[in-house]
Amino acid sequence: MGKTFSEKILGLKAGKDVRAGDVVTVSPDYVLSHDNASAIIQEFKKFGLKKVRAPEKIVIVLDHIVPASEEKYAQNHKIIREFVAEQGIRNFFDINCGICHQVFAEQGFALPGKLVVGSDSHTPSYGALGAFATGIGRTEVASIWATDEIWLRVPETTRVEIDGRLPAGVYAKDVILKIIGEGGADMADYQAVEFAGQAARKFSLASRFVLANMSAEMGAKNGYFEPAEETLAWLRSRAKADFEVVRSDRDASYKSVLKYDISGLVPQLACPHTVDNVKAVTELEGKPFHQGVLGTCTNGRVEDLEVAAKILKGKKVHPSVRLLVLPASWEVYREALKKGIMAVLADSGCVILNPGCGPCLGAHEGILAPGEVALSTSNRNFRGRMGSRDSEIYLASPATVAASAVEGKIADPRKYL
Amino acid sequence: MKKGRVWKYGDNVNTDVIFPGKYTYALMPPEEMAKHALEDIDPDFAKNVTPGDVIVAGKNFGCGSSREQAVACLKAAGVQAVIAKSFARIYYRNAINLGLPVLQSEEAVDNIAAGEEVEIDFASGKIIATKGTYTFPPFPEKVLGILEAGGLIEYTKRKIK
Repeated sequence: MGKTFSEKILGLKAGKDVRAGDVVTVSPDYVLSHDNASAIIQEFKKFGLKKVRAPEKIVIVLDHIVPASEEKYAQNHKIIREFVAEQGIRNFFDINCGICHQVFAEQGFALPGKLVVGSDSHTPSYGALGAFATGIGRTEVASIWATDEIWLRVPETTRVEIDGRLPAGVYAKDVILKIIGEGGADMADYQAVEFAGQAARKFSLASRFVLANMSAEMGAKNGYFEPAEETLAWLRSRAKADFEVVRSDRDASYKSVLKYDISGLVPQLACPHTVDNVKAVTELEGKPFHQGVLGTCTNGRVEDLEVAAKILKGKKVHPSVRLLVLPASWEVYREALKKGIMAVLADSGCVILNPGCGPCLGAHEGILAPGEVALSTSNRNFRGRMGSRDSEIYLASPATVAASAVEGKIADPRKYL
Repeated sequence: MKKGRVWKYGDNVNTDVIFPGKYTYALMPPEEMAKHALEDIDPDFAKNVTPGDVIVAGKNFGCGSSREQAVACLKAAGVQAVIAKSFARIYYRNAINLGLPVLQSEEAVDNIAAGEEVEIDFASGKIIATKGTYTFPPFPEKVLGILEAGGLIEYTKRKIK
C-alpha cells in the first residue's frame, strides 16, 4: 500500500516508516512567527537558556499591527527587534515587507518537501508550494527555539478532487467557500487535505495559495498541492535551500475522497458568523454594506488586485462604501504599481494601506462600528473579528468585493467580466 | 475531585469569541486575560465564572486562530476542564501545552445541561454528571507526559536539563 504526502514527508523527517495515526518527534526545517514573537520570547526566557538552538531556522515577520498603532504594540516590536539582534536571527522581516505568509514564500523558505511550523493558524498556506506546513501555538514555538524538536501526529488525509472548468467571474475563493460550505468548518479536523484533480492542477500559484490558506478553515492540519511547473519556475530564483519534491503515491490510502465539478459554480459568499455559512452571491444581491476589504494573506496577490482593478477601472467606489486595499506584500505592491494596477485602485477611491494584516483581525486600520457590515476577501468572519461584536463580515472573492464596492451593495461580478 | 458548575455552548466556538483579536498582540497578565474570556459569545461569563467551573460545548471547539490566550484566559478564569464533542487541532495542542484538560465525549455533551454540577475523575477517565457517568478516551503517552509535567514549559525544562 502506498503512502500519502504527509506520511512520506513525516516519515522522511522521523527517519522511519510511518503511517497515519503514528506520533513522531521531528526537527522542522523552519519555524515562523510574527508579532506574537514577543510573547514567545517571554516564554523562551523561562527556560533559562542564553541562546536559541537553531537561529538559522527561525523566521520572524512583523505583519499584524504594522506600523505600530499604539505604544504597547511599539513596545512589542521593540522587544522582537532587540531579541533578533541579540540572537543573531538573520531571517527577520520588519514592517516594510508584508504579511508573513506571502513574505515567507517570496523569500524562498516555503519549499517542496520541507517541514514548516508557525505560530499562525494560516501556516498551511505553504502547502500551495508542496511543503508540509502547519500552525502551532506560542509556547510550542518557544519550546522549538529551545530544543529544535516538535511532536506531530501523522494525519489521515482527505483528497479533494476538483475537476471541470471555472466559469468567467468565478475564482478559487468561490471554489474553497463552496467546499467548506458543503463540508463544514470541521470537515478536515486533524487531517491533511490534498487538492488534486485536473482543474486543481491547472490552478495558478495565487489560486493554490487561496485553497491551501483556507484549508485551515476546514480544520485541516495542512493543505497540499503537488508542485507544478509554474511552482518550480517561481521558486527557481528564490529557494533558500536545496529541496526535493515529495508526492503522494498513486495507491495511497485516503480517509475520504471528495469530488467537485466546478464547471457550473457561481460566485459564493460566507455569511456571518462562520466560514461554513455559505450562500450564492445571487441570494444576497442588493444587500448594503459599509466596508470592503481587498487583500490579506488569502487574496492579496497581484492576480487578485488585477481582477479588482479590471472591474474598478474608470469607475468610482460608491460613496456609501469605503474600500480598503492591503496588498499581501511590498513585492506584490511594487509589481502592481509597475503594472498600473495601484493607479486604477487609487483613482477609483480606494484606501491603500501598508501591506500587512490590517483590519482582518480587528486590531487596527478599519475597525467596524456596531451595526456595520464588511465584505472582505479575507479568510474569517467570526463574530467581532473586525471590531464590534454587533458588526457582520461576509467573505468573497476579489471580483465580488470590487463589483459590490462599485454598487455600494452586494453585487454579482459576472456582469462586469 | 472538585465539583464544577457547567457553562454550555454550541458548535464551532472560535478563538475570536473566546479571546478577541484586539487584545491579542500586546503582552497581558493572565488575570487581565480572564476578564475578557468568552467576551464576544457570553459577556456574563467572565463576571460570574468561579474556580473549578467546567465548559461543555459542541464540535470543533477552539477553531480559528492559533492564539494561545484563548486557552490561557480560561485557565486564568479558573476553568477546570473543557468537555466538547471535538476540538480544533491547534486549540487542542495549546490546551495540553498550557495544562488545561480538554476532554472529548459526545455522550457527555448531549446529556449535560448548563448550570448543573459535574465531577471529573482524570485517573479513571470519567465524567460524573446528574444523568449519568461518561467516559473520555485516554491521552496518548506523549500528551500525558506534558499534562503531568504541568504543561510544555515544565516538560521542556526537564528535557533540556
